[in-house]
Amino acid sequence: MSLLAFLAQQPEPVQRAVDTVTTGEAISFWVLGPLALAGALGMLFARNAVHSALWLVVTMLSLGVLYMVQQAPFLGFVQIIVYTGAIMMLFLFVLMMVGRDSSDSVVEVIRGQRLAAALLGIGFAVLMVASIARALTSVQSAGLAEANTTNGGNVGNIGTKLFTEYLFAFELTSALLITAALGAMILAFVGRDGKPAKKTQKELVEERFQEGKRVGSIPGPGVFATANSVATPALLPDGSVAEESLFDVIEATDRSALSDDVSEVAGTGHQPDSHALKGSES
Amino acid sequence: MTQQFVAAEIGETAKLLADDPIWLILVKVVAIFAFLVVMTLFMINWERKVVARMQHRPGPNRVGPNGWLQSLADGLKLAFKEDIRPVLADKWVFFLAPVISCIPAFLAFSVIPLAGEVNLFGEQTALQLVDLPVGVLVVLACSSIGVYGIVLSGWASGSPYPLLGALRSAAQVISYEIAMGLSIVAVIMFTGSMSTGDIVGAQASTVLGFAPGWFGLLLFPSFAIYVVSMVGETNRAPFDLPEAESELVGGFHTEYSSLKFALFFLAEYVNMVTVSALATTLFLGGYHAPWSGDFMNTGWWGLLWFIIKTLAFLFLFIWLRGTLPRMRYDQFMRLGWKVLVPTSLVWIMAVAVIRTGAIQQLSTAQRLIALGVVVGLVLLVSFLLPDKKVQDSKGVPLAGSGFPVPPLDLAVPKSAPKRKVKVATIPADDTAKAVTTGKEAE
Repeated sequence: MSLLAFLAQQPEPVQRAVDTVTTGEAISFWVLGPLALAGALGMLFARNAVHSALWLVVTMLSLGVLYMVQQAPFLGFVQIIVYTGAIMMLFLFVLMMVGRDSSDSVVEVIRGQRLAAALLGIGFAVLMVASIARALTSVQSAGLAEANTTNGGNVGNIGTKLFTEYLFAFELTSALLITAALGAMILAFVGRDGKPAKKTQKELVEERFQEGKRVGSIPGPGVFATANSVATPALLPDGSVAEESLFDVIEATDRSALSDDVSEVAGTGHQPDSHALKGSES
Repeated sequence: MTQQFVAAEIGETAKLLADDPIWLILVKVVAIFAFLVVMTLFMINWERKVVARMQHRPGPNRVGPNGWLQSLADGLKLAFKEDIRPVLADKWVFFLAPVISCIPAFLAFSVIPLAGEVNLFGEQTALQLVDLPVGVLVVLACSSIGVYGIVLSGWASGSPYPLLGALRSAAQVISYEIAMGLSIVAVIMFTGSMSTGDIVGAQASTVLGFAPGWFGLLLFPSFAIYVVSMVGETNRAPFDLPEAESELVGGFHTEYSSLKFALFFLAEYVNMVTVSALATTLFLGGYHAPWSGDFMNTGWWGLLWFIIKTLAFLFLFIWLRGTLPRMRYDQFMRLGWKVLVPTSLVWIMAVAVIRTGAIQQLSTAQRLIALGVVVGLVLLVSFLLPDKKVQDSKGVPLAGSGFPVPPLDLAVPKSAPKRKVKVATIPADDTAKAVTTGKEAE
């Protein structure tokens, strides 16, 4: 078989050493790292809420690609699908509903908000620096070569871990999410408060037939024929006025208020001629 | 199809692609780009011609042989049109949106296997750009980025119709992506891999000696759900609510013109080609011929089968557009969340149980017991369902269609009591006044 012979010629797949950084990885890091940082800064300093959200999307996309480069393709694509695709889209959804011109308010709503935020931020920064420092000095890196080649590869190993070792945490998270979704639904649900259920289209039609009322729709005004005024009555085939097309409010209006419409329908009013194109200053 | 067989197939395409030189990768990139652009031009023309034929009219027949160059001419014209940006538009986002919607559309096609092992310029390779272990997720990720283009275009235009279209589109694509993802799960469970190359490889065998082992036949419910959700995902009729002409003018692209509009157009058609190609890959055996073990199942022949199957799906898109009216928004959402998603979940459960049973080599007695339990559960659920309301006999007579028909002895009802009609007779002085006031206003 030619395929087998061909495969036999191939060199063995290169086993990467545990803690070397390839040129490609270095290049991607130096491209994506600043991009992610720029996205984060842009998110902080953009005045428009939607622009902020977009900058955050840049950061998340960069992180996703970084994961892929670091031999975690599944994590990378899930980052893009879940965070960029679903969560940020929901954010954007809300921001768009808020309106275009809603910029950040500089008024402090909760007392002591800034102080608390500053303290928490500093605390978080200390934690981050400490953990990164520890990771750089005293943690032995195991490498992903084994996890990515044995036992079904990257995806298979994540699945195994998730559904055996971390099953409890996984189930707990899903229970939390379901609770949150249910809560949101209850908060957003507007009951009909004892009112009967809304009739469906079919029920409405059947009701109309049973009552023996007019089944079709009521004729509209004759706006399309000679004029564009709703005061114009529709005409029946014999030329008489279709009374159902008359509008009560207009019928009750004083005649002088409608004089413009009347003159337009009668064709006696001011008609535009070719000079009308030149505008009013002529 | 046994477990060993699947394991043997895994990674073959990836190995084949691993030693591609850079120039070959570039050739493939350019070829995929050209393929998609040509498919778009062809598809627009084909769509117009097929829909025209369905409506008994000739369709485009002036430009080029039989009118086949019409979309090329239209594309050139579009490029030379005036580029308009509304005053209220957000400058950068308005410019970025069409680009964002276009790039992922092309990107998604990189994981689609067009043919198996071929000899390309003296280099043994597969007609596929990359074969990632998470190939199917690439397509889903690209589609979720593509929505940004639509949503941002709607928001950045600064006018209400595009915003409404964008909101609809976002809700639509997010909901139908769930159904689409769930329909793919069953395929992944059978293959044991998310790589598109492996999924096609797993469909090479035949079932019962003659039928092709395509997942479209083995996992028909998944296939059906995928086909419905791929139409919803690409915003095509009957699910084209984001650009419903009668309600939203043009939807999200109302304010766009010239090349930016062309990019949206391109993205829509490239997305159609991509989801069709993914359907071919996942459910119709990709580049495999409908029979196995023939010379027509090797090399460049695969490209032919792949294109034929993809064109069949694209024809389905056109056919749906020519046949079905647009769905109402609430009906559309109900279909997605209350029909497609629960059905997929139940079906995935069933597939999981069947797979476990097949792998664990159960005895006949154990299988029969399992079957009995399943039947018992189905019966229990069916008893719990509420009865359908019986139509009372005094009600309106229904025709076979279920819609009410007027009784045979229908007397035309009297209309509302007559009012005095004032016929428009205009007094002379009244008219004169109207005319003068009009002049004064000028």
